Order: sequence, then structure tokens, then C-alpha cells
Amino acid sequence: MTRYYTQDHEWIEVSGSEGTVGITDYAQGQLGDITYVDLPEVGAVLAKGDAPCVVDSVKAASDVYSPVSGTVTEANHALADAPELVNTEAETGGWLFRLTLSDPAELSVLMDRAAYDAFVAGL
Amino acid sequence: MSDTYDIDEAEAPQTEVLPLDAWHRARGGRMVEFAGYWMPVQYEGILAEHLWTRDSAGLFDVSHMGQLFVSGEGVEAALEAVLPIDLATLKPFAPRYSMLLNEGGGIIDDLMVTRWNSGFYLVVNGATKWDDMGHLREHLPDEVTLTQLDDNALLALQGPQAAAALERVVTGEFPLSALTFMKGGQFMLAGVDAWISRSGYTGEDGFEIAIPAENAAEIADLLCAQPEVKPIGLGARDSLRLEAGLPLYGHDLTEEISPVEADLLFAVNPRRRREGGFIGAQRVLAELANGTARKRIGLALEGRQAAREGAEIFAGDQAVGVVTSGGFSPSLNHPIAMGYVAKAHAAPGTELSIDVRGKRLPARAVSMPFVPHRYHR
Repeated sequence: MTRYYTQDHEWIEVSGSEGTVGITDYAQGQLGDITYVDLPEVGAVLAKGDAPCVVDSVKAASDVYSPVSGTVTEANHALADAPELVNTEAETGGWLFRLTLSDPAELSVLMDRAAYDAFVAGL
Repeated sequence: MSDTYDIDEAEAPQTEVLPLDAWHRARGGRMVEFAGYWMPVQYEGILAEHLWTRDSAGLFDVSHMGQLFVSGEGVEAALEAVLPIDLATLKPFAPRYSMLLNEGGGIIDDLMVTRWNSGFYLVVNGATKWDDMGHLREHLPDEVTLTQLDDNALLALQGPQAAAALERVVTGEFPLSALTFMKGGQFMLAGVDAWISRSGYTGEDGFEIAIPAENAAEIADLLCAQPEVKPIGLGARDSLRLEAGLPLYGHDLTEEISPVEADLLFAVNPRRRREGGFIGAQRVLAELANGTARKRIGLALEGRQAAREGAEIFAGDQAVGVVTSGGFSPSLNHPIAMGYVAKAHAAPGTELSIDVRGKRLPARAVSMPFVPHRYHR
């Protein structure tokens, strides 16, 4: 399994052609207390850069972009009752959705952890 | 991931620094641009700060607001020409809510007016204070002097424990407990003069405290040394005032909206409703007689997804209004909003829906405040 990061502060963990998407711990810290997560429907076909997901905090609603293209296979329904999981476990239990990648080559432009950490340090 | 709605960050060419800037940063405040100043949006988190204020006491720095003093020969008549206030009924040291209106009856700003011994103390919104001063200078006669008290900082201490905390550190000619809601007086705080009124913007009991800017950090330290008190940022200030049903200028009130539409008729004092004679009176008096097409209402949403400023309000398939403020209510644990709807759909209990990103969220018109006021009357 390999984990990749975007400049928009999403992460995607990839195993074969399956990916799990969430937002980074840095992102949740910037958003503050998350009160609601609007999740995509299973079967939704996403192009890279689509915004299938909205994360609501007390102060703002923020789009989450899909780091890659693919078809949604699962959404994290635990977030319906416990959206705060995105705050407390952003990069583990607070994942947002899973998808089957349609073009794994899209991963090549994403960052690894070291590159993402350096990117955040420069913000 | 990107913020698509945010606390409005004024696009000031040069963001200015307030007296407590270093104080906020030292306490972990996350600073954002607001009304042309760097201000703390939060410290430990909006939710925790919000609930702390409802349970205990929160200290807010509102030094961005404009503190003005108006005095001189004929000041009462001059102020009555620009404000729909009845100064004959305004007792000394008792702040009263009022509004600056334009010729068309729209709201230029909302403000507090207090009669001091030698003139009137006005507190206006930060983002509008320069325009307010321009408007006042244009309409006040030469004999009346307008001074900006820009050597003052302004703090608000809000919450059910605010009185207990402040009482411990304040001295004065009369005890703090003599102040009831919307009464004020001169006190001493950390050895300096402080103008304190029992008022605020959270719906809770609390105080607004004007002090010399040079003493602000020392006084903020003293207040936060009280076990009941924590510093609170702009984020919770916004969610608290929304729960209290209090409008925010620039969002719920604008130069197009009249006090009648805004359901803030209490800002137009009874004698002025009868007599007029203030800027904007023509529209206000006509709306009093004939009603308005739209009205500000409260909206309660089901579920957890919030409707925010700009979201359209529907009755069935018909667009009937727009949300002007909205967010998740930490105290009620569901989203709330305020907005303007066509009069026919304004009655509490009316079933409506709000378009949020293409989804129609069910919403119900409700009376405000959403969370009961707990003023010390």
C-alpha cells in the first residue's frame, strides 16, 4: 500500500486499483471543528479534480477534490453520526470514500509524505 | 480541499494591527484579516470556545469597532436628524441600539448610543467606521464635533460567569452589580479608568469594557487570570450572535435593507415613528403604514448540513428568499440560519427548503432568538 498527497491537502492510499481518500491532519486543523460531511454516492464516477465531498466546519464549508479519476465503491458512513472523526482521526478512521482508480498513472504527479510535509512547512 | 465559504476577510490594502495583536498571538490565537485588522478567529477551537462562553465567561477583543464621541452645541437635534432615536427618553449612561440610515431608508450601520455627561458615545462596526464617520461629518452641523476615541481598546466579557469574574477585579463609585442589562458606568480596572456597560453580542449576560489601548494587554491578562475566563475568537463570536438572533452588519443588514424589513423596529423609537424627521424616514414610515414585501426570519434546519450566506430559500418550487447568515449551532447541535423571505412565508412554523449545493435541505421558519437570551435585567 502506498499513500500519496495533494497540494489541496487530500491523501489517497492505494492498494492495487483501489484507493481510499481523506483529508490530511493539517487540513482538519485548518478547518477546525467539523460538524458535517457530505459524502458521495456509491457508483459515482469521478474525474480527477471533481469535488464529490463537502466538509462543513463551524465556520466554513470546504470542497474535497478527488485526487484521481475513478468510481466510488464505498463512503465512510461512520461520519454521519461522528463527523468529528475527521478531526480526531483525519488520516485513519476519518477517511471519506473509497474508489476504483480508472487511471493509476494520475498518481505519478502526487506527492509522497516527505514532499507533502515539506510543502506544508512552506505554507 | 478548499474553503468556498469563509468568515469574510476584508480586502483591505494594508491590514492593520490592533493593541492586543501580540497578546492574541502569544495565547495561540489564529489570526485572520477582518475589517482591515488582524484578529483572532479562534484559540483552542470555535466549538469549545462557543460552549465555554455559554457555560462560563469569554473575553472578546472587539477593538476593531469604532468608538466615537459626539458633542457640542445642538448635538441632540443634530443626532436626531441622522438617527431614528428619541434622545428625550435616553437616560444617561444607558446604551441604546440605533442605526444610521441612508436617504433611501437602507441601513448604513447599526450602532450603540450612550449619553455621557458632555455628549454622546457611539460604538459602530469596524468595517464601516470610516464610512460612518464620513456620513456623520457630512450631516452634522459645524458646531457639533465628532471625535474618534482611537486611543481606546474595547473588550467584551460575556457569559453567565462574567459578572462574578469582573466583580472580583473592578472598583467604582457603585458596585458592578448595580448595573442591569443596558446600563453602564465608569469603573476602575487594573488602576485605570474603564467605561463598562452591561451589554454584548452573545445573548448572555455580560459586559463591554472600553479602556485605554496602552493598558489593554494588562487588563486582558487580569481578566483571563480569573478561572471563569478564557479568550474567545471571532468564530465563536459569530456562532454565538447567530444563536442569539442578532444580525451582523454587512450580511444580515445592508444599505438596501430597511429596519422594518430587518424586524428591528425597536431601533426606531416610538416618537420617531410618529414624527419622522430623520434620514430615511420616508421609506421607514411608509413601510410602517403599508408593510414590507420581505422580512428577516430565523430558520431551523434538520440534519447536520449548514446553509450559509447566499443560499436560496424555497417554498415548494418557488424561490422566496435568501440566507444572509447560517451555520451549525453548537448549543442546539443542528444548523440554523437567518435570512429574508417574502412576507407570506415568514410566519414561524412555515415549512421551507434551502438550496445548498444543488440539494434542497428542509428548513422551518422559527422565531428568534434560537437560544434564549439570558440578560441580567
